[in-house]
Amino acid sequence: MPEETERIPITVRVNGKSHSLAVEPRLLLVELLREELDLTGTHIGCDTTYCGACTVLLNGAAVKSCTVFAVQADQGEVLTVEGLAQDHKLHPIQEAFAQNHGLQCGYCTPGVLMSTYALLARHPNPSDAQIRKAIAGNTCRCTGYQNIIKSIRAAARGIEGS
Amino acid sequence: MYPPPFRYHRAGSLKEAVALLAELGEEAKVLAGGQSLIPLMKLRLASPAHLVDLNFAPGLSYIRPENGEIRFGAMTRHAEIEYSEVVARIPILHDCASGIADVQVRSRGTLGGSLAEADPSGDWTPVLLTLETEVICVGPQGERSVPLAEFVTDAFTTVLAPTELVREVKVKLPPAKSGGAYVAFKRSAPVYATASAAVQLTLVDGDVCAQAAIALGGVGLTAIKAAEAEAALRGQRISAKTVEAAAEAAMRAADPQPDMRGSVAYKRVLIGALVRRAIDAAARRCRREQVEVSHQYA
Ligand SMILES: Cc1cc2nc3c(=O)[nH]c(=O)nc-3n(C[C@H](O)[C@H](O)[C@H](O)COP(=O)(O)OP(=O)(O)OC[C@H]3O[C@@H](n4cnc5c(N)ncnc54)[C@H](O)[C@@H]3O)c2cc1C
Ligand code: FES
Ligand code: FES
Repeated sequence: MPEETERIPITVRVNGKSHSLAVEPRLLLVELLREELDLTGTHIGCDTTYCGACTVLLNGAAVKSCTVFAVQADQGEVLTVEGLAQDHKLHPIQEAFAQNHGLQCGYCTPGVLMSTYALLARHPNPSDAQIRKAIAGNTCRCTGYQNIIKSIRAAARGIEGS
Repeated sequence: MYPPPFRYHRAGSLKEAVALLAELGEEAKVLAGGQSLIPLMKLRLASPAHLVDLNFAPGLSYIRPENGEIRFGAMTRHAEIEYSEVVARIPILHDCASGIADVQVRSRGTLGGSLAEADPSGDWTPVLLTLETEVICVGPQGERSVPLAEFVTDAFTTVLAPTELVREVKVKLPPAKSGGAYVAFKRSAPVYATASAAVQLTLVDGDVCAQAAIALGGVGLTAIKAAEAEAALRGQRISAKTVEAAAEAAMRAADPQPDMRGSVAYKRVLIGALVRRAIDAAARRCRREQVEVSHQYA
């Protein structure tokens, strides 16, 4: 085991803003976001790669940020829930969740929103089967999922309409 | 949860990765998708002193059809295989890639990492055992090509030396009139299957089975090639009777362990059902029917 702590310089763009800092290799991406960059919108649920509360987009792909080292995001582009709203206006996905009761306690919601974002980027007009598959890695203890699915359908229409 | 501290080495190329592993020895591990290794480190079940990160080495992620085979770079992610048009021509590969865990795990997890991890419940090994698959390993002594059946030797154990890594996975294209299917049964998306069946058939003259390959996942220390079940189909017409004989042979070949996913008796019955479903889907695909199968949920 290494005696002294080594730090690796990295540069990451998060929600369009570039950050250069030096991190311990074992620092997880979710900790980089929450502890170093103060972006606490990304939640930690299980911390064991199960629940998806920590989901963010890394270079366009939905990932569980509790299971990626921060050093691996070097030179990369991260989108978190804080990056969805623009100019104090909710993103159409957020709007759809608010309108359709797609959340209750909200703990899972940042992760679900990011999974939805990734889904709609690939399939702007998803089938119900595609929606279910896209959120299979996101656990919600409140909603029973039906209103999440309804919200995603509405989000797809909303984005199409806007 | 913080993993134990380690030294991070970013390999700029395959050559550099091999050199780093040779220099660092047994204390080092390769970091691919991290979807098995990082959870294990967080639970302190693994604490490598050094990680050699392959994610920044170019040229390790590709899907290349050539000379009757498909070559996959070791760092090819499950998601890339899921969405590949080349792979869509071999449905059993698509069944597998699109059903592993969830979107997020498939974004990161790699084919090379899955084979190297050799989890007894992993999906790729049973699927690739039904096709002719070679694992191309590279180390300080150079390269060697190992048939998949010899690559995995035990649960979580392969022939890889600590200084070796997987560079490529080579899969032979099945002959014309072939079809395959992979059916895995699991309790929710982000968990491994309770059991799974991979079936690859070649049907000639109507429904006579010229070739049959059947492999079982999750019911042994490694994936099991069910030779008796294959023999029950080979040279025979696919019928309720021959399918039943194959399913029964597969149930005998299974050697499941009891765990939180089910008892031995339960898993044995389950494997019979999965083999029947997979044969049915594979046979229909031989007849060019469109069949959707993938992982099924409890
Ligand atoms: C919640 C969850 C659910 C999952 N469900 C499934 C499932 O249903 N089915 C399934 O098959 N898998 C499942 N997985 C595992 C997933 O597929 C992993 O991606 C895979 O097992 C390991 O691949 P990786 O690229 O992430 O490897 P890593 O985690 O980076 O590495 C795994 C091991 O292999 C070694 N290694 C990696 N690449 C190489 C290489 N090229 N050469 C030599 N050694 C190498 C590493 O040193 C390490 O020891 C699941 C994982 C999670 C977190
Ligand atoms: S906190 Fe990352 S998957 Fe649960
Ligand atoms: S809204 Fe409470 S966990 Fe999903």
